Amino acid sequence: MDVSVKSVPLSVDMPAQAGSTAKLEEKISIRNLEFFYGESRALKKIDLPLYAKKVTAFIGPSGCGKSTLLRVLNRMYDLYPGQRATGEVVLDGENLLAPGLDINLLRARVGMVFQKPTPFPMSIYENIAFGIRLYEDLPKAEIDNRVESALRRAALWEEVKDKLNAGGQALSGGQQQRLCIARTVAVRPEVILFDEPCSALDPISTAKIEELIDELKQDYTIVIVTHNMQQAARVSDFTTFMYLGEVVEFGPTATIFTAPTDKRTQDYITGRFG
Amino acid sequence: MSALPNPAIYRSRFRRNRIAVTLGYASAVFGVGWIAIILAILVYKGIGGLSLDVFTQMTPPPGSAGGLLNAIAGSAIMTVLAVLIGTPVGVLAGTYLSEFGKHDRIAAIVRFVNDILLSAPSVVVGLFVYEIMVAPMGHFSGYAGAVALAVIVIPVVVRTTEDMLNLVPDTMREAAASIGLPRSHMIIHIAYRAARAGIVTGILLAIARVSGETAPLLFTALNNQFWSMNMNAPMPSLPVVIFQFALSPYAEWQKLAWTGALIITVTVLGLSILARTLTHRR
Repeated sequence: MDVSVKSVPLSVDMPAQAGSTAKLEEKISIRNLEFFYGESRALKKIDLPLYAKKVTAFIGPSGCGKSTLLRVLNRMYDLYPGQRATGEVVLDGENLLAPGLDINLLRARVGMVFQKPTPFPMSIYENIAFGIRLYEDLPKAEIDNRVESALRRAALWEEVKDKLNAGGQALSGGQQQRLCIARTVAVRPEVILFDEPCSALDPISTAKIEELIDELKQDYTIVIVTHNMQQAARVSDFTTFMYLGEVVEFGPTATIFTAPTDKRTQDYITGRFG
Repeated sequence: MSALPNPAIYRSRFRRNRIAVTLGYASAVFGVGWIAIILAILVYKGIGGLSLDVFTQMTPPPGSAGGLLNAIAGSAIMTVLAVLIGTPVGVLAGTYLSEFGKHDRIAAIVRFVNDILLSAPSVVVGLFVYEIMVAPMGHFSGYAGAVALAVIVIPVVVRTTEDMLNLVPDTMREAAASIGLPRSHMIIHIAYRAARAGIVTGILLAIARVSGETAPLLFTALNNQFWSMNMNAPMPSLPVVIFQFALSPYAEWQKLAWTGALIITVTVLGLSILARTLTHRR
């Protein structure tokens, strides 16, 4: 195995793909991040920028640490004892790993959509209103508006507007996943993390979610973990290839998929392993 | 050639399968048979005494007619109080075990002790409450009876609450956390809601369990021939009345005992069916 090149630094003035020439703004900066499950080190010296209002994909073989890295960004790992991170993850100038940080407020700013759809055991309406009420004291009419706009945002409104009081768990898998996206959006986060959001869905639902991600990036910074390289190529502006807990290569998606500099990246995207 | 099975091997396997299946059926019939016999005898002996009087008259003195009203009422009151004491304690302890203490040493100990309590002989529970309540107070009482029943309710509720909360997938907890939900809110609004049917089932099963308990009440509530709503005094209950009447030489008492046994059995059966429907409905 080739181990020569470690990572490709990206200069900020490099134009992003899709004709965008706007200057890139770093929403999240990951610096010297290491992550441990008990004694075992799962992430090694990660340095990575995540650009505002862009989609960044994490790809790599199973066990490479891409989900682990994603779960550092909203400190989801805090739910489990024995997991810890060192280094810095800076969101708008604030280190997320600093002790004393209010994790619930952080998670309201950094939302997450999971692999399996996880509607709460309550009505469609409540699934969304619940998160809104958590941080805002609004009159009923205002909450109704927010619920509707979140459902519209997730391209689900037309399908559920007549059955808002039905249970969220009665929807199809693809609808449930869009409900979860609506729930996330309703809290008005700045960053949305997607952890393999389509791996439990059929191709049509997958296409809908991908369309949605493309629209959401106008307002949100998006990070997506995916096993599916075509998906990464389709939805992302930047791609990070990870292997054995390290970032092997990071760059504009077009570059990573057409002219990777690291042999491991090339082997992976051409299907030679993983 | 090799595709054809060896007929001898095939036949012997077929025979062994027949024997195993037959034994399985026989065991099932044997087990269920006893329950059927118990139910049949209860109905046969008890249904004759079933009349409105049973639910409107007090337990009679020997040789005269009467009913079981005071016993039924006493049982109901003590069971309700036991559930009111036992449910909050049990649900909170089960919540601790599942949501907070998964990896704690203390939780492991609590879980172990709870398992012991779950299978503790109920006569021991009766003696224990006698020592801590009846003896210091100087008299038997409905309160002591309710506490004894609560001691039996608690481990059942702890166990089912923990099991049901463990069935709530961690992804649900993560989803709740991901919108910034504090843990307390997550438990109350998400985990309890998802586990509600199971927890209610546990409480119903606990009621079913205590409604037939005799030993703990013998040492605590004792019995009372008369209508008594005073929980600070001896209180009648259905199981103790059955125990006393069944052992008596009087035909009327024995008949009432059978009727009481039928009432308890039907109640427990009804609660179990209700519990099963709750678990299966989703």
